[in-house]
Amino acid sequence: MTSQQFIFIILAAITLGSAVMVVTARNLVHAALWLIAALFGVACLFVALDAGFLAVAQVIIYIGAISILIIFAIMLTRGVGQGTSTQTNANWGWGALLAVVFFGGLVWLLSLWSGFTTQKPEIGRAFDPLRQLGQALVSPNAYVIPFEVASVLLLAALIGAIIVAWDRRLK
Amino acid sequence: MVPLSWYLLLAAALFSVGLYGVLARKNAIAILMGIELMLNAVNVNLVAFWRYRTPELIAGQAFAVIVFATAAAEVAVGLALIISIYRRRNTVVAEDIDLLKF
Repeated sequence: MTSQQFIFIILAAITLGSAVMVVTARNLVHAALWLIAALFGVACLFVALDAGFLAVAQVIIYIGAISILIIFAIMLTRGVGQGTSTQTNANWGWGALLAVVFFGGLVWLLSLWSGFTTQKPEIGRAFDPLRQLGQALVSPNAYVIPFEVASVLLLAALIGAIIVAWDRRLK
Repeated sequence: MVPLSWYLLLAAALFSVGLYGVLARKNAIAILMGIELMLNAVNVNLVAFWRYRTPELIAGQAFAVIVFATAAAEVAVGLALIISIYRRRNTVVAEDIDLLKF
């Protein structure tokens, strides 16, 4: 076993273990903290895949913004559905069965694919993924329109979120 | 070396865990956390396919950036809806929010 495989197995164990704790933890604040651990494991996987910009963006956007937003929402809705006997609904058994069947189906489908065990190709020293990504996101020949549409979507969603969460009784 | 299959299996497992969270959890915020896990599994898949299949095309990473933006929009609107419902009905349990049930 090479060192890369060893590191991957440790990262995968951290990510999956934290993800399982997210969906099983009884206390929602603990679930949110486990979610941060799972997101950090995914950020480390991005580093292992030579996607440094995405790893940094994962830490800033997911861990820095989304997780904090979720923790705020948990604190604002405190006392609901917490401390009760269970955090799962009556159909959790069917949900678990469906998740296991879905995972088995995915593994079966992927194992039929010829490229399943592809090895990582070498990236040339002259090739800089970060520069390529930066140019692709602003180049008219590449992804500038999807990128701008995504930014408008984000702006519209944030304005909509303010309007939806506005407390009209304060006026 | 780590083959592509390891990343794909990890992403499939992460997606399935998130799917279980969405289907089994009572609390609407916990359901949103399950959705976050599923989006992360998709991102791992996109970046792994980019690195192993087409490292000279940057499309995989560009898609992942757009998934980031969409996830941020989704969680902002979702949490605003949950807080609004909590103000009006004093609950965040998904089963109790049944105003539209026929």
